[in-house]
Amino acid sequence: MLEARELSFQFSPGVSLLQAVSLTLSAGQWVGLSGDSGAGKSTLGKLLAGYVTPQAGHISLDGEALPSRGLQPVQWLPQSPELAVNPRWRVGKILREAWAPSNAQCQAFGIQPGWLSRFPHALSGGELQRVCVLRALAPGVRFLIADEISTMLDPITQLELWQALKQEAEKRQLGVLVISHDTALLERLCPQRYHLHDGQLTSWSAE
Amino acid sequence: MLTIDQLSLQLPVYASWWKREWTTCLDKLSLHFSAGEVHAVVGASGAGKSLLAYAMMGLLPTPARLNGQLYYQGSPLDRPRQRQLRGRELALIPQSLNALDPLVRTQRQVAWAAQRSGQPSKSARHAAQLALDHYQLDARAQQAYAHELSGGMARRVLTAMAHVSQAQLVIADEPSVGLDPHQRQRVLAALRELADQGKTVILITHDLRHALPIADRVTIMRHGKQVETAAASAFQGNGDSLTAVYSQALWQALPDNSFSIRGTRKAQQDIQKEANVA
Repeated sequence: MLEARELSFQFSPGVSLLQAVSLTLSAGQWVGLSGDSGAGKSTLGKLLAGYVTPQAGHISLDGEALPSRGLQPVQWLPQSPELAVNPRWRVGKILREAWAPSNAQCQAFGIQPGWLSRFPHALSGGELQRVCVLRALAPGVRFLIADEISTMLDPITQLELWQALKQEAEKRQLGVLVISHDTALLERLCPQRYHLHDGQLTSWSAE
Repeated sequence: MLTIDQLSLQLPVYASWWKREWTTCLDKLSLHFSAGEVHAVVGASGAGKSLLAYAMMGLLPTPARLNGQLYYQGSPLDRPRQRQLRGRELALIPQSLNALDPLVRTQRQVAWAAQRSGQPSKSARHAAQLALDHYQLDARAQQAYAHELSGGMARRVLTAMAHVSQAQLVIADEPSVGLDPHQRQRVLAALRELADQGKTVILITHDLRHALPIADRVTIMRHGKQVETAAASAFQGNGDSLTAVYSQALWQALPDNSFSIRGTRKAQQDIQKEANVA
């Protein structure tokens, strides 16, 4: 279980972004997070994945602190995949950075064998996003923070990405935090949803 | 207004350093855009939407092979004419926000766009001022450099530039990417307004759901081919009034609709069959 207790965060003194935010994510659970831009959704995601350190409060994984080195069990999937890959590596090398996915897994995510020999710039955003998602699903990974990962995709590709991820998550009991503006999408994916506003989380259900 | 007749486009791909192959990026597209309408061009990434925009503007890279004809207001639109009309009658709101000059303040930038369309500098400055006020860019944004603008502001500056150039044809390439719902609403409303003034607006996007409220007609593209052109009103209910399986699937896959593809495997076979026939 990934647990964040009383997290507070501010970028500059006096301007508080998150105020005593608590959130738990258990294995196999899908939680949605919505909010206006600038509300701190991504920052909360980065805090949970250990990219940023909170000023107060702490994050624990099964009661222990997040590991400081090695493969992180909490993986953050960023909004723009172009910035998350090494432009000098071929896609095949990028995909196998942490683990070697099988052909069947590549197929489930719609990754074609022909892409592997290309450089990232020769793939479209949607194609690269799928590579990045599969790359993050290494065996030791238990939680995913999906930060607006399907914003740049057309409806069909978006659906296929989520279906593949859902299947994989079910199989391995991954906990997923879905960050998105798209409330309709969150309603479809996540039984439990939160809205971040003025540094506070509130739970919401479908209107 | 603008007619595309059997437009095909091929671009070179280097399989290795010395081996050049040609890939077909646009395949015999025929489209007509009329004045006063917002025509959305929707497709997955890699469908050739942006290349279509560049082909219309004459901004394709040199090695591109272009076949077919473009007609603007009845007469052929070739490269010299495109160069002449670009920034005057034809305007592109590019996808990348890097299109703004990083060394010039917003106000000056918009005034330049007006000047480029042939207005004398004084009235250009005036027009720029009006456009900036119209798009609700405050005094601070007007004096800002490009890097100081938020994504939404930069989009509105680019839209203002298209607005002051008095272009009759405005092509907006993914204008709502990376904007929050509120800002997206504003940018799309600005485009609708341009169409209501009698201009032709071509809205290129992957985001079918948000294009529909402002669009009159929608063209669905896939792998460089035109799948279907339908009235925006055809996208409702189960999408039964759409003729192509692919457009139906696109509509059905939206989270507000069924968020599934009916009989996925069958649908995919049908889409494939449809593509082969086309």
